[in-house]
Amino acid sequence: MEKIKLNRKWCKGCGLCIEICPKNVYDREAKVSTKGFKEIIVKNPDLCNQCQLCELLCPDLAITIEKTKKDAKVNK
Amino acid sequence: MSEHLYKYLRPEAFPTPFCAGCGHGILMNAILRAVDELQLDFNKIVFVSGIGCGAWIPSPHFAADTLHTLHGRPIAYATGVKLFNPDLKVIVISGDGDLAAIGGNHLIHAARRNIELTVICANNSIYGMTGGQVSPTTPKYAKTMTTAKGNPEEPFDLCKLTVACGARYVSRYTVYHIKPLINSIKKAMTTKGFAFVDVVSPCPTQFGRRNKQPTLYEMFNDLKARAIRYETAKGLKKDELTGKIIIGEFNE
Amino acid sequence: MPKLINKSLLPPKKYFMQGNIACAEGALAAGCRYYAGYPITPSSETMEHLSNRLPEVNGVFIQMEDEIGSICSMIGASWAGAKAMTATSGPGFSLMLEGLGYAVMTETPCVIINVQRTGPATGQATRPGQGDIMQARWGAHGDYRIIGISPWSVQEMYDLTIESFNLAEVYRVPVILLADEVVGHLKESFIIKPEIEIFNRDSSMSDKPFGTVQDDGVPPMPIFGQGAKLLVTGSTHNEFGIRKVADPVVQDMLVKRLCAKIDNHKDKICKTESYLVDDADYLFISFGISARSSYAVIKQLRNEGIKAGLLRLKTIWPFADEIIKSAAQNCKVVFVPEMNRGQLVLEVQRVLCNKQVISIPKTQGEAIYPSEIYNESKKYIK
Ligand SMILES: Cc1ncc(C[n+]2csc(CCOP(=O)(O)OP(=O)(O)O)c2C)c(N)n1
Ligand code: SF4
Ligand code: SF4
Ligand code: SF4
Repeated sequence: MEKIKLNRKWCKGCGLCIEICPKNVYDREAKVSTKGFKEIIVKNPDLCNQCQLCELLCPDLAITIEKTKKDAKVNK
Repeated sequence: MSEHLYKYLRPEAFPTPFCAGCGHGILMNAILRAVDELQLDFNKIVFVSGIGCGAWIPSPHFAADTLHTLHGRPIAYATGVKLFNPDLKVIVISGDGDLAAIGGNHLIHAARRNIELTVICANNSIYGMTGGQVSPTTPKYAKTMTTAKGNPEEPFDLCKLTVACGARYVSRYTVYHIKPLINSIKKAMTTKGFAFVDVVSPCPTQFGRRNKQPTLYEMFNDLKARAIRYETAKGLKKDELTGKIIIGEFNE
Repeated sequence: MPKLINKSLLPPKKYFMQGNIACAEGALAAGCRYYAGYPITPSSETMEHLSNRLPEVNGVFIQMEDEIGSICSMIGASWAGAKAMTATSGPGFSLMLEGLGYAVMTETPCVIINVQRTGPATGQATRPGQGDIMQARWGAHGDYRIIGISPWSVQEMYDLTIESFNLAEVYRVPVILLADEVVGHLKESFIIKPEIEIFNRDSSMSDKPFGTVQDDGVPPMPIFGQGAKLLVTGSTHNEFGIRKVADPVVQDMLVKRLCAKIDNHKDKICKTESYLVDDADYLFISFGISARSSYAVIKQLRNEGIKAGLLRLKTIWPFADEIIKSAAQNCKVVFVPEMNRGQLVLEVQRVLCNKQVISIPKTQGEAIYPSEIYNESKKYIK
């Protein structure tokens, strides 16, 4: 099951998720897309600890973390 | 954002009109989470906003009654809605320029009257929509479109102001302090009286770019460095607090 | 349009009251249940009276921090379902103009009483004037239509306030009652009839609260809390209320309909009264207290054997072009007495471009006297 859903239609590529994720889950594509930035990719979904930081702080409401781990704790 | 929150949105309004990395989107998320955690009836909420980027948070994104008003006047409109139909929950969301400059008079009087309104200030300390001019909450010495050499004026502390006016609940958080922010918005929404939440929300486009913090992440780092808890701040002298952002609940 | 016959609030009989208080009672009779205002001479009596009376009928009264707040909170209350009103005078009316434009743009029914004093600026607070006629019509920015009504007696301060509410509800437009200090402070007797005609807005649920199939229609207006998920905005919007801030077609359609819904219903909106107009060689066109003086003048002229008549505009905006044209058809000279430097006369001259139209202005901060109108008009009466 997909644990991290990235809504590319809403994402504007601000890059916050890449920098804020403690587990280095996100990265960018190599090439600039038609939207004018290098699209975000979920590179290492398995590393995700479900802290939800990216979901709560994504300014474009583009990330959904499906909670599967019971003990998933939210930072901040 | 969690999919169970999608029901509060008008999906056709997305992606938002905000710039990449605009803090207002984070605040939007926080407000909807607060509504959801409180299980408020979305059909009985009226979201009132003024003019500015912050005022676009509810309108047209929220699938509730929204009243997008004049620049500076949302609290006056909200007063009419609430007084005539007290069964409605009335939530004002607008920018710092809107609420504290042109609309300052309505802010202080609504706080004084202690009308049951939740007022959320999307405070980016700048006039975002009109191109980055100085606002009454711009920090001293910060560079803006109209203060190229640095802001010579002292900013307002909107929390101290509204406390002094008699508001029942007053707090400040940044969008980076997301969990306490959501909790605080929940408290504000359940306050029987005037509640004011000052939400520090980064504007990378108009503020960050001019002040050596061009991305949201860099602006977050700045917020982290400047934030200081209300309780800690109480023990400090005025000059020790210069440039700090006091976060927490202001009424005791 | 749902029309109701309501029992009058006060027991039907003859009353002796001040115009501003009759206005307040008219508002209550019309169903006004929200008042927001800021004190200003010569209109404050309306608000003072309502501060006591509204709570008696489960209405809401609030004295706001300024006139901007007053008009905005009134608009908010209207969307919450209230029939709402504010009363003010010159300086306060000036402050309300941005809100007035907002009410036009969002098609919010509401009533604004402007008890006119002299200006510009603070002018003479206690003295009458009629200088806000054009301001009422054109004062807010952008292009739009408005309804402006002018009472000439205490009776009409009551009756036309009710009429103002009815028009506001039917056309979803702010209505301005353009009174003046004389009528506002005048005390005279008037009659409250047992029954009055009331119109209420169509507040049925609709997903198109800002558009109609007809290009001059008035859409239904759901209110807050009904579940209509309203998008109310003063920015340009489509029929659903969705902002369209760069779409030329939506902008054009909206402004055209806001104008057409008033223009195309002019014959239903415009009310005038004619006195001895049919055979008149000399026609006086006036409104408010100036019309009352003009009325004395035509009677005097008739006594002298001069065929003089008066056309009194109860509705100033929209302007009664057709009625004026037909009234003036056979007359030789038209006189327009008014308490300003000549505002209404500009419209009359526009309509009667082939006639001799004479302005009789007065700006001394007092009522225009019959003798002044008489003497000036006599210069043109052969
Ligand atoms: C009466 C009036 N004056 C000026 C403006 C232009 N204006 C639009 S938004 C804005 C400032 C918005 O700043 P703020 O409220 O801080 O919101 P932000 O865009 O920063 O979120 C101004 C001055 C206006 N719309 N109306
Ligand atoms: S934080 Fe959100 S908007 Fe920004 S790049 Fe990541 S997914 Fe996109
Ligand atoms: S939930 Fe936490 S760990 Fe997982 S991707 Fe988001 S920020 Fe990274
Ligand atoms: S200008 Fe600033 S406040 Fe406005 S959308 Fe852009 S980042 Fe956000």
